Amino acid sequence: MTEVVATNETILVVGGGISGMTAALEAAEAGKKVVLVEKRPYLGGRVTQLYKYFPKLCFPTCGLEINQRRAKMNPNLTILTMAEVTNLAGEAGAYTATVKLSPRYVNDNCTACGDCGNAVETEFDDEYNYGMTKRKGAYLPHVMAYPARYVLDPAIIGTDDADKAKAACKYDAIDLDMQEEEVSFSCGAVIWATGWQPYDAAKIQPYGYDRFANVISSVEFERMADPKGPTGGKLLRPSDGKEARNVAFIQCAGSRDRNHLLHCSRICCMASLKQTTYVTDTWGDDADVSIYYIDIRAIDRFEDFYRNVKSNENVKFIKSKVASITENKENSNPVLNGVDTEGYNRYANEHDLVVLAVGMQPSVDQDSFPVDIVVNREGFIEQSDSNGGVFAAGSASDALDVNRAVQHATGAALRAIQVVNRVAGAEG
Amino acid sequence: MSTNTAMIEKYRNSFLREVEANVEEGDWVKMCMQCGVCSGSCPLGKDWAHPPQEIFMMIRAGKREEVLTSDSMWMCTSCYNCIVRCPRELPITHIMHGLAHYAKRLGLAPKNQPTMKFAQLFWDNLAKKGRVNELKLGISLYFMNGFGEGIKTSLKMKDIGLGMLKAKRMSVAEAFGGHSVKDLTGFQKMLKKAQELEDTRLSQHG
Repeated sequence: MTEVVATNETILVVGGGISGMTAALEAAEAGKKVVLVEKRPYLGGRVTQLYKYFPKLCFPTCGLEINQRRAKMNPNLTILTMAEVTNLAGEAGAYTATVKLSPRYVNDNCTACGDCGNAVETEFDDEYNYGMTKRKGAYLPHVMAYPARYVLDPAIIGTDDADKAKAACKYDAIDLDMQEEEVSFSCGAVIWATGWQPYDAAKIQPYGYDRFANVISSVEFERMADPKGPTGGKLLRPSDGKEARNVAFIQCAGSRDRNHLLHCSRICCMASLKQTTYVTDTWGDDADVSIYYIDIRAIDRFEDFYRNVKSNENVKFIKSKVASITENKENSNPVLNGVDTEGYNRYANEHDLVVLAVGMQPSVDQDSFPVDIVVNREGFIEQSDSNGGVFAAGSASDALDVNRAVQHATGAALRAIQVVNRVAGAEG
Repeated sequence: MSTNTAMIEKYRNSFLREVEANVEEGDWVKMCMQCGVCSGSCPLGKDWAHPPQEIFMMIRAGKREEVLTSDSMWMCTSCYNCIVRCPRELPITHIMHGLAHYAKRLGLAPKNQPTMKFAQLFWDNLAKKGRVNELKLGISLYFMNGFGEGIKTSLKMKDIGLGMLKAKRMSVAEAFGGHSVKDLTGFQKMLKKAQELEDTRLSQHG
């Protein structure tokens, strides 16, 4: 059985992405007891799936390594992975949280040697690469996964594969009898950092994401650029593996649209400008990038980045929301149809690959929050006195980039610390 | 002073305000963010001199004459593709019809615009009996552009006409008066009242 030692002075952090990790570490390093609950088998969230950050074009793995080390070193921090909060009862300063723990089937004897992964055969869609590759039924979610422990897919339990994995393990790390558990513990304040998910591109019917192989989403393109990703960092289009030199980005794919997401997702302009550099860095003068936009929202220090990309003569900016995408049946090239705003010219432009800059939406559906909390019409958490001791951090509160999410999470940690300090004072 | 001059005087330099006050759904025009998805989605868009997005911008730019004398909004077939896709849910189809109607009211709509001519024929036909007299409407459509062309089209369509008579889809009797709604007097009273209400509304705005 898993045991969680916690009191009313403990801070519960829900979600172990960049925001949750930041809030948990800041609070733990300020001397507070923290329990960090993460749904995935590893920490780091969607940041682990990014190739580069904007605007510095540095690698997220760098900051992730620092955060993982901070987590490893801190005795105040308890990390529960494959865990989900199912209930939160009580009030600020005196909550009882109920957490469901899904079985990993691998205990902490695991050295991540990989023998179990080699032994098993069945393959599944790899969530880490948005289903663009397969992974085994015994797997390490990604090379830098923390905790660095393998996971068995529940679908192989009870099959030959499970026995093969167990037999292959030299460290007695595989426990096929692990069961789902439920644990309850006290906490005084809660930081809600459940993050975001990409908007389902298939819902934008005229763009044919579900019909055309060479129309992909921005998160998929990001994986493609990563040398550890599904194409080994090569920009190859899905239909025939041809090199994608003529790439189009469609902005506001789902955002700022009353038929889809009402809000501006804030990150997509910079994300597409960043991804444009992947294309121009790869192909040099053979690159041919078109960015279709309503308006480019790159403010403050991002404006320099925008100006740099704009000065590249291999990059075109077309002021137009694309009306529809069709496909040239002969070469599987997507054809973008629309009218531009600068001259009202009708176009039908063919590209090798089209990337939809999909919007951010909260990862928790607004009707299924396990706690009583105020959310706005977009489903993001609003700051409110009636939320008691529950504080949102990062993109659970709004569409934020990593920089702003981390700042927001630090603020949330401070709010939570104030609550548990009051508890400590009262109990003094 | 004609209505046209009166309107120019009242809304001098603000065609947008004029459209908001006088055109059905006109107060939506300012909500357009110029993304262009309507123009790209219009199946007849390439035949429009000014696609909807451009018309909205022209309204805001005060291009009163160009907009109201344009035949663009008369090209709208009410397919509603633009309304469905507009990220700001502007009722674009209705605005196009509203603009066309306003242009016609001011006498600025292009002469001999076929959609306008047919719409007038349809209305005159319907207003008489409260029912559309399809035989008369069809014939008046054939003769819309003159006697010679009317004869030519009638001859071309005669087999279809005879077939419809045979299948009892059309009746020759319709040529003499034609059928009407049960309470024709009531219907005409209703139209008269509607016209009065519209006139009052116009006199208040105008």
